[in-house]
Amino acid sequence: MTQLTELGVAAIRDGVAAGSFTAVEVAEAFNVNVAAASALNAFIVATPEKAIEAAKATDARRAKGEALGLMGGVPIGMKDLFATKGVQTTAASHILEHFVPEYESTVSQNLWDAGAGMLGKLNLDQFAMGSSNETSYFGNVISPWRRKDGGNAALAPGGSSGGSSTAVSARLAPAATGTDTGGSIRQPAAFTGISGIKPTYGRCSRWGIVAFASSLDQAGPMARDVRDCAIMLEAMAGFDPKDATSLDMAVPHWEAGLNPDMKGKRVGVPREYRMDGMDADVAASWDQGIAWLEDAGAEIVEVSLPHTKYALPAYYIIAPAEASSNLARYDGVRYGLRDLPDGAGLQDMYAATRAAGFGAEVKRRILIGTYVLSAGFYDAYYTQAQKVRTLISRDFAQAFEQCDVILAPTAPTAAFGLGEKSDDPLAMYLNDVFAVPASLAGLPAMSVPAGLNREGLPLGLQIIGRPFDEQGVLNAGLALEVRAGFVARPEKWW
Amino acid sequence: MENYRIHGMSGEWEVVIGLEVHAQVTSQSKLFSGAATAFGAAPNSQVSLVDAAMPGMLPVPNRECIRQAVRTGMALNAKINPWSRFDRKNYFYADLPQGYQISQLYHPIVGEGEIDVVLDEKNPETTTKTIGIERIHVEQDAGKLMHDQHPTMSYVDLNRSGVALMEIVSRPDMRSPAEAGAYLTKLRQILRYVGSCDGNMDQGSMRADVNVSVRKPGDEFGTRTETKNVNSVRFVMAVVEAEARRQVDVIEDGGRIVQETRLYDPDRNETRSMRSKEDAHDYRYFPDPDLLPLELDQAFLDECEASLPELPDAKRARYESSLGLSAYNARVLTSDVETARWFEKLVTATAAKAKKPEAEVAKQASNWLTSELFGALNKLGTDLASSPVTPESGAELLGLVASGTISGSAAKQVLGLMLETGDGAAAIVTREGLTQTSDTGAIEAAVDAVLAANANKVADYKGGKEALFGFFVGQTMKAMQGKGNPGLVNEVLKAKLA
Repeated sequence: MTQLTELGVAAIRDGVAAGSFTAVEVAEAFNVNVAAASALNAFIVATPEKAIEAAKATDARRAKGEALGLMGGVPIGMKDLFATKGVQTTAASHILEHFVPEYESTVSQNLWDAGAGMLGKLNLDQFAMGSSNETSYFGNVISPWRRKDGGNAALAPGGSSGGSSTAVSARLAPAATGTDTGGSIRQPAAFTGISGIKPTYGRCSRWGIVAFASSLDQAGPMARDVRDCAIMLEAMAGFDPKDATSLDMAVPHWEAGLNPDMKGKRVGVPREYRMDGMDADVAASWDQGIAWLEDAGAEIVEVSLPHTKYALPAYYIIAPAEASSNLARYDGVRYGLRDLPDGAGLQDMYAATRAAGFGAEVKRRILIGTYVLSAGFYDAYYTQAQKVRTLISRDFAQAFEQCDVILAPTAPTAAFGLGEKSDDPLAMYLNDVFAVPASLAGLPAMSVPAGLNREGLPLGLQIIGRPFDEQGVLNAGLALEVRAGFVARPEKWW
Repeated sequence: MENYRIHGMSGEWEVVIGLEVHAQVTSQSKLFSGAATAFGAAPNSQVSLVDAAMPGMLPVPNRECIRQAVRTGMALNAKINPWSRFDRKNYFYADLPQGYQISQLYHPIVGEGEIDVVLDEKNPETTTKTIGIERIHVEQDAGKLMHDQHPTMSYVDLNRSGVALMEIVSRPDMRSPAEAGAYLTKLRQILRYVGSCDGNMDQGSMRADVNVSVRKPGDEFGTRTETKNVNSVRFVMAVVEAEARRQVDVIEDGGRIVQETRLYDPDRNETRSMRSKEDAHDYRYFPDPDLLPLELDQAFLDECEASLPELPDAKRARYESSLGLSAYNARVLTSDVETARWFEKLVTATAAKAKKPEAEVAKQASNWLTSELFGALNKLGTDLASSPVTPESGAELLGLVASGTISGSAAKQVLGLMLETGDGAAAIVTREGLTQTSDTGAIEAAVDAVLAANANKVADYKGGKEALFGFFVGQTMKAMQGKGNPGLVNEVLKAKLA
C-alpha cells in the first residue's frame, strides 16, 4: 500500500476521489506523524480529532456520490495566526495564550468548505514577526534539515511560517497555510525545500487572521509542489465583503491553467538583486534558474529595480508602524492575558500585561513603530517610507513593461543555525531582502526549491509576477520545478 | 447690533469662539460594523466582534453613514471631497477597544462650508452673520466607562463603541455667546432637517467642544482653550461667558493662558483644567491600512444631492412668499423640521377638505396652529410631538369653521375637548350641539322678534346711535343660544334695520 504521508494535495484528493484509500486513512496517517514529531515543535496544538472529523465527512460525501471539493480529504496544518472557532488561537504569543475564538477566519473556512481537515495549529514567529521561528512563546521550531557536515546543529526552518515549512517538509502535513508580510511564506519554503506562494495583496481575505501589518499581510499556501500550491490557493482565495481590502475578482482555475511552457514569455532578471558579496551557491542557483527558464522557451531580459536598496528600510518602518497600532488591542481589558498587580490602575494594568504578554522582538517592533509615527518624526520616517513604497511599485510596473515575470533568489542564504542571528536583529532582517520588495508592491510571488547548496541545504528560487497574475507565477514556478527535479528531503532524525 | 465685550480693568476685550460639534450620524448600524446603534440598550448588547476589537477583525465602511455625512456637507454648502481617507488616532483607554479611533485627519470627506445665523429676528437684514465651517469628518465614537458598578473596578459598555460621528469644525468666526448659541441652534436645525443627526443633546447624540480665546479688539488671536463635551446650547453659551471672563482675569492678573483641555461644571458654572498641552497625547495619526481611500462617484453624489429636503431658510422664504404667512409664523413653523412637517400636513389636509389651493388656506392654518394649538398645548405643558390632535383632525376642525358649521368661538371650545378626549372635531360638535344655524328663515324670525321687543332702541339706532348694532347682534345670538351664524345674523340685521 502507498505510504499515504508521502502524498501531496493533488494525489490525496485524487486518491480519495478514486477510492484508492479513504480520507480517514489519510488523516490517521498524518496524525501519527504529527504525534511522533514533537521534537520539531512544529505544532502548538494538534487537533487529530478535527482531522478525522473532516475526513469522515469527506468519506460520507463520497459514499453518497457527492462532490468532494478542491481539497476533499486533504488534511492540512493551520498557521496559528488564523482564528479557528473553538480551537486556541495564539499568534505564538503569551498574551493570546488560551484565547479561543468564537469565529473562524475566512481563509480557514474556505478550506474547510473545500473539504480540507485540520491536523493542528502550527507554530510561528510571535505575531509573525521573525525570519527564523525563534520568537515564538511556545519555543523554537526545529527544521527537519541538517547540514551534511555530520554535525547536529539545529537549523532554522525560516519564518515566520516556520511551523508550516517544517510540517510540510517533514511530511507531517501535505500542505499548510502560511502568511507573508515580508517573506514569511517564501523564505521558510526556500529554507525547507518546499513551494509556497504569496498571492496578490487582496486575493485572500485577511478577516480572522491576527494582524501584523495590514497593508502587507497576505495568506497563501505552502506545499510540496507547484500544483499543490495552485489547488490550495484556489481554495483559499476569493472576495470577502468583510475585508475592505479584499479583491472583488473571480478566482481563476489555477490548477487547470498550469503550463510549464515558457515560449513567448519574457523573464526579467533584476540587476540590483545581484549584490556584492552574494553567497556563491545562491548566485549559482540563480544562474541555473535563468538557464532552466531559457530552456523552457523564455526570453531572458535584464531589468532594473533601482529602488531595491531602499525596500528593506522602508519595510522596517511601515510594517512596525502598522504593527504598533494593530497590537494596541492586546491590552488585558477584554480577552487574553491580564496582569493586574495589587492596587494597579488602568495604566499599570496595560504596562504589566503588555510587558508580560509580548516577547522581545514584538516589543522591539512596537517601539520602532511607535517611534516612527511620533510627532516630529512622522514625515521623516513614515511619509518617506510611503514614498519609497510608491517608487518600488513603479520600479516593478516599469520592469513589467519589459518582462512577464521576474526571477530572483528567495533568500540571500540557505537556512542558518538557530541562535546564529538571533542576537543581531539587523542581520536577521537582511534575510528578507529579496522578499520584501514584492510585499511592498503587493505582487504575487512564490518560492520553489531549486537544489541544494554545498552544505546539502535547500535553496529556493523566487518568481515575482504582475498584479493578479498568479497563473504566470505558478507556470514559471512549474517550469523551474520540472527542470530542477528536486527530490531531496531531510533524513528523519526526530 | 452692539459688539459683545468683556469689561476688564485694562479695558474692553473681545472673545473669539470656534466650535467642534460631534454629531452622531443617524443610521441603523455602526460606522464600520453591523451592530445596532439604538439609544438606551442594555450594556454590551450592541457589540460586534469588530467593535470589541477581537483579533483579526476588520472594519468595513457603512455606506449609509458616508451618505449622511455627504448630505450634511451639501446642506451646509460645503465642498464635498470625492477622495478622502481614514486615519487612525492612537491612544490607550479602556473604552477604546482597538487602541485607536478611526477618524479622518489628513483628508476629510467634507471641506469648507458655511452657515448663516440671524442674531436678532426683529432686524434680520442687519444682524445676519455668516459662520465659516472648516471641515466635516466622520469618525468612530468610543465606548463608555461605568465607575459606579463595583467598589474597586470600572466596567466598560461598548454599545457606543464604533458608532458613527460627524465632527463639524467651525472657523473661529463667532464673537459672543449669542453667536455661538445661534450657530449651534442653526446647525442642529439643519442636521434635523437633513435627517443626518437627531440632535438630541440630552442623549449625547450631539455635543460640542468649545474653543475660546480673548484679545483686545483688533489684536491677533490669543491662546485658546478647548472645553470638551458641552451638551446643550445654554451650556455652550455659559462656557463662552465663563471662560472668556476667566481668561481676561488671568491675563489682567499678569498670568498667561495655556493651551489646554478643560471641562465645564454646570453646577458651579465654571470650567476646570483637564489636561495641558504638555500632557497631551501624541496620537500618532497615520492612514488606516485596513481601509482603502473613500472614493465617491458622481452617481452617489447625485443621489445624495437629490435626496436633500427643502432646508430651513428656503422653506421659511417659501412660507412667506408662496403661502403668504407672516414673517413671525414662517419663522416659528420652520424652526424645527417636525413642526414644519406637521404644518404642511395640516395645510394639505385643510386644502383638500375645502377643495381650495393650499395657498388660500395656509395663512389661516398657520394662525390657528401658532396661536390656538400652540397656546393650548403650552397650557397643558406638552408639545406638538405628543399632541393628541393630529394634522388631519386639525384640518377637520378648520374645515368646520371654514364651512360655517361652527363659529370661531365654538372652535376654541371644540379644540379644548379634542385635546381632552382625543375625539374628532365633527363628533364633538355633534355631541355638544355646537353646530351653528345658517338657516336664514330661523335667523330672520329671531331678528324680527328681537327688533319687535326693542322698538325704542330701533328708533334710537335709526336716529343715529349706530353703536346699538352690537346690542341687536348680542340679543339675536342669545335668542339663538349662540348657534346663529354670526355673518348671517349681521347680514339680516343690516337688511332689516336699513
